[in-house]
Amino acid sequence: MAVETLDSTTRPKVAPWNDPVVRGWVFQIVIVGLVGLLAWFLVTNTLENLARQKIASGYDYLSREAGFEIGDSMIPYSPASTYARAILVGMLNTLKVAVLGIVLSTILGTLIGIGRLSPNWLLSKICEWYVEAFRNVPLLLWLFLFYKLISEAFPGPRQAISLLGSLFLSNRGLYFPVPLADPIHHWMAVGLLVGVVAAFVVKRWAKRRQEATGLPFPTIRAAIALVIGVPLVVWLLGGAPHHMSWPELKGFNFQGGTVIQPEFTALLVGLVIYTSAFIAEIVRSGILALNKGQSEAAMALGLSRAQSMRLVLLPQAMRVIVPPMTSQYLNITKNSSLAIAIGYPDLVAAVNVTINQTGQAIENILIIMAAFLTVSLGISAFMNWYNKRIALRER
Amino acid sequence: MGRFLNAAAIGCVVLSVSGTAWAGKDLDTVKARGQLVCGTMEGTAGFARADSQGKWVGLDVDVCRAVAATIFGDSEKVKYVPLSAQQRFTALQSGEVDMLSNNTTATLTRDTVLGLDFGAVTYYDGQGFLVNKKLGVKSAKELEGATVCVAPGTTTELNLADYFRANKMTFKPVVIEKVDEVRAAFFSGRCDVYTNDSSSLYATRAANPPPPLTPEDFVVLPEIISKEPLAPAFRHGDNQFGDIVRWSQYAMVDAEENGITSKNVDEMLKTENPSIKRLLGVTPGMGKALGVDEKWAYNIIKQVGNYGESFERNVGMGSPLKIVRGLNALWKNGGLQYAEPIR
Repeated sequence: MAVETLDSTTRPKVAPWNDPVVRGWVFQIVIVGLVGLLAWFLVTNTLENLARQKIASGYDYLSREAGFEIGDSMIPYSPASTYARAILVGMLNTLKVAVLGIVLSTILGTLIGIGRLSPNWLLSKICEWYVEAFRNVPLLLWLFLFYKLISEAFPGPRQAISLLGSLFLSNRGLYFPVPLADPIHHWMAVGLLVGVVAAFVVKRWAKRRQEATGLPFPTIRAAIALVIGVPLVVWLLGGAPHHMSWPELKGFNFQGGTVIQPEFTALLVGLVIYTSAFIAEIVRSGILALNKGQSEAAMALGLSRAQSMRLVLLPQAMRVIVPPMTSQYLNITKNSSLAIAIGYPDLVAAVNVTINQTGQAIENILIIMAAFLTVSLGISAFMNWYNKRIALRER
Repeated sequence: MGRFLNAAAIGCVVLSVSGTAWAGKDLDTVKARGQLVCGTMEGTAGFARADSQGKWVGLDVDVCRAVAATIFGDSEKVKYVPLSAQQRFTALQSGEVDMLSNNTTATLTRDTVLGLDFGAVTYYDGQGFLVNKKLGVKSAKELEGATVCVAPGTTTELNLADYFRANKMTFKPVVIEKVDEVRAAFFSGRCDVYTNDSSSLYATRAANPPPPLTPEDFVVLPEIISKEPLAPAFRHGDNQFGDIVRWSQYAMVDAEENGITSKNVDEMLKTENPSIKRLLGVTPGMGKALGVDEKWAYNIIKQVGNYGESFERNVGMGSPLKIVRGLNALWKNGGLQYAEPIR
């Protein structure tokens, strides 16, 4: 019996309109062409209409004087600065609240998630209520609530609550003293960096030694000592300058020192509390996804509950936790744009004002979109890298 | 190809700027719709606010009603779209509303690069400061270091920064999008000062202090730091629609000048005064010139009233705001309201 061999290189001859490969290509080219045409139509039509209505376009306005004030800025800014700088101030404010939000909600969410699994009935119930309460009410309402709480509950600056004689709490925010600017601060920052790097080096060394000899090393204490100690030594070597800028009530407000404003606090607290409820559930699901044998084995080895959580369960749970966690981090960043409702000057707020003063909505919206896209893709890239690093290495 | 056209049409709607590809036909669009879509403020006592029956009332609302009376002969054919200061220009540019009557200040930038035109000034305003009497402030020059509540996206924000820079003072702004939230922040004490056009400050003082605060707890400082000629705005391109908006306002001022009110307008039809006869369409010509019904001004005065009536009813002594006519009195009485002659 003759066996026919299937040869993939020679195919039966068919007409091109019946050939699935040719057809596939044709359809794809047509679709791409149509999408391209639509994009071209939208862009040219918009430009034409803008021109017809004599609405200016282009990004020239970025170098013009902004003329408006911003209430909370990490870099020097005044109404004489340019629009570009105003948008940068907003961007930095967004990043500030996003980074702090991510760190704090991760810590809080992890604690709550672990707490829900606690054998302690009261603790686990409290954590459960926390999750249900905070994730089932829209974030915007929480923001309004926290903002009202701060602005209504605290007294005005002249009746400010004084803590320790130098901290002042009022509806203008929390004022506290800061060291007067001194060149040594730059070197202390360098010292901090050196301390952090040194802590990592020590951690690696300690881990290798423990794997080789079994001798434990107080890594955490050593790391804390390095991170705090190095800048401290630099400060002492620099003559320990200790002049402070103290907040003082002058006229309407406190002058001097520095302030955490109510808008920032309300936004950060709202974001952290809301997101941590979701993160708690992600952490809980990650831990529950592990085989029960893992915790039993850890107990059998004589590890305490805390040790088994830290050394056995969490590292494995991370593989389940990290991918959904990425979404939560992106959510925090994007939700920070709700700031506009309670008056925190974030990127969206700065750009919105710019739109209104310049009338150039399309250009400005593109800036917001590009900025959020950049930040979000950055977070995604980092989390994907981290996910690969902790993934099971299959051999 | 039909599908492509559909997609293109959807794309047009998505990119709202594309929506006004038919500039120059605004009036036709309004007529075909049978309704004027008027952008107003989000509820400011005296200027634009829904009353207890849900009916919009106010000085700005009366401008919309006058335009509708001119076009349709019926001042009720208006749909009101409340817009925040930030939304208003985009809403107008994109064709979501036909005109703005929401205390928008006419400025050069808005008249040019924003692609808008302005009608006649309906209210001569200026920016001021509202403070709590407890602060003991007598002048805006004493506001060094103050925290100032302000709504974003307005000339107010720029005037504020300019004023403090010019007087070498510093301030901290608290900028919140919704005007209700800005006021709430001010009344809760988050800010020392609330700044806005003084008309709006009087409205806020009269209507918004939460109990136990009363209007008497607050004072508007004497300094007026800017000129704010508030005028209705519409898109570049349809000159006839622009003419209608402008002359509807002038008709109200002219009516006051000639002593025509909503009460006596029917008797005035029998007058021998030629300029009143022209205005009310007894002598035809003006309506034709404007491209509307000859009874246009009669309809405005009958249904909305003259400028003085509208002012007193909404913001003047007949209202809780109790704003004096001041700059908004007729030119004959020392004010700035001076309508171009209808002839």
